[in-house]
Amino acid sequence: MQFALMIYHSPEEFDKRKNDYNDPYLGAWRAYYKALVEAGVYVGSDALEVPETATTVRLKEGKRRVQDGPFADTKEQLAGFIVLELPSVDAAIEWAARCPGASSGAVEVRPLAPEAKRKGFTG
Amino acid sequence: MSGSNQEDTHRTIERVARESYGRLVAYLSSHTHDVARAEDALSEALVAALKTWPRDGVPENPEGWLLTAARHSFIDLVRHQRVAEASEPTLLLLRNNATEEPLSMTFPDERLKLLFVCTHPAIDASMHTPLMLQTVLGLDAARIAQAFLISPTTMGQRLVRAKTKIRDGGIQFEVPRERELPQRLDAVLEAIYAAYGIGWDDMAGADRRGQDLTEEATWLARVLLELMPDEAEVRGLLALMLFCEARRPARRTTDGRYVPLSEQDPRQWSAPLLEEAERHLVQASKLAHTGRFQLEAAIQSVHAERARSGRTEWAAIVLLYQQLMRILPTIGTHTGHAAALAEAKDPAVGLAALDEIDLGSVKDYQPYWAVRAHLLQRLGRSREALEAFDRAIGLAEDPAVRQFLLQKRG
Repeated sequence: MQFALMIYHSPEEFDKRKNDYNDPYLGAWRAYYKALVEAGVYVGSDALEVPETATTVRLKEGKRRVQDGPFADTKEQLAGFIVLELPSVDAAIEWAARCPGASSGAVEVRPLAPEAKRKGFTG
Repeated sequence: MSGSNQEDTHRTIERVARESYGRLVAYLSSHTHDVARAEDALSEALVAALKTWPRDGVPENPEGWLLTAARHSFIDLVRHQRVAEASEPTLLLLRNNATEEPLSMTFPDERLKLLFVCTHPAIDASMHTPLMLQTVLGLDAARIAQAFLISPTTMGQRLVRAKTKIRDGGIQFEVPRERELPQRLDAVLEAIYAAYGIGWDDMAGADRRGQDLTEEATWLARVLLELMPDEAEVRGLLALMLFCEARRPARRTTDGRYVPLSEQDPRQWSAPLLEEAERHLVQASKLAHTGRFQLEAAIQSVHAERARSGRTEWAAIVLLYQQLMRILPTIGTHTGHAAALAEAKDPAVGLAALDEIDLGSVKDYQPYWAVRAHLLQRLGRSREALEAFDRAIGLAEDPAVRQFLLQKRG
């Protein structure tokens, strides 16, 4: 079954992305991805741009409400996600705990919902 | 009553609760098999103590007072929930006992039975440790959940399910007969060891699966030793945990960096804890019944010897691992053996031993990759070392270990 690890960063962690290639934090991320691939559990992943680039759109009474900024006004913001093929949520939690993002921000673990997708929902 | 007196009273309640919790739950539930209700009754008794003791003073026999109060709430709880007739004998029993004189009350220590109930084969193995922590030590579900990396709600539900099984599943509150004892005792030891949460912990930045319940685990082992003083492996387990505890202060620098065993300063190890560990290990060996925990403790004992001699007898460690491999052939044991071989002979021999381990089984076993990286680096095979370092770093959970390995990797 597939799980998404959703990685939440603090502003300081987003900043670290600008660091040099040899930065240990970035090295830890590269090693983590490598371990995921070598363990044969990796399905896919992507990183998101910084929350300052986000725009949130709602439709209220037929009118567009477009807001500059992310959906939730919190210190930690969604920074990216990883999809893994794993036998159980326990295994997903194991991998989340090893994620470099777990020691300073947070990693949310959630099963994908293939049933919802089949019915045409993507939200 | 003055503030400091009140504080004293609160401290007394805390101490009594900590020391008596398991005894009281064990006693109440050994008659009724109803662990959950025994816990509820006891927590009501503790609330009552917090209300009345600061006002009236601490009773002469605080434990007896708590037992009496807990019995009364137990009866109320049962009445309130109008339980089936089946539990009437239980009610009667409790009511009869409740009329005893509280101050002179002594009651048998049933904790050993409770420990065996918590680790009964009919209870899911993953729940053995959480059950023990809750019923014997009184830890709440949230705290246990945190240590086991699951949500408090899930842990709460699993604990309830396990207790229902204890109540309704015909699990007997008894110490197993001699024939079953070794296997059943293993389950108790395993559960305590799991609470301690030390994985294989040695050189080269192997990861520690910290569950942060070390103090609780040591307490449980002491309780078990008090109840079974003649079981060699009980002493072996306590010795093993004390050896590891002794080294705790040396495992991190003051600024939180990870220090592997081989680089630890023995002057930072706790001498009293090492002595106590050594004493238990010697006493265990006199019982002439060796087992995995004594062997693991013996390995730690050889490491501890460096505090006196300034060097590590790696050849002795290799021999102990070889014995351990016969009774506990896990990846951890094989990895430890390979690491010791590398030190006793040379890195190539250690690497050859690592190569014998099935690759499929180490895909997500961090210590294997940490040792492999270390040995490849020492052999000057830098390309392969980098690969192995990456695996070890990627699998590391402890940020300090990750940092240490990143530095070693270069």
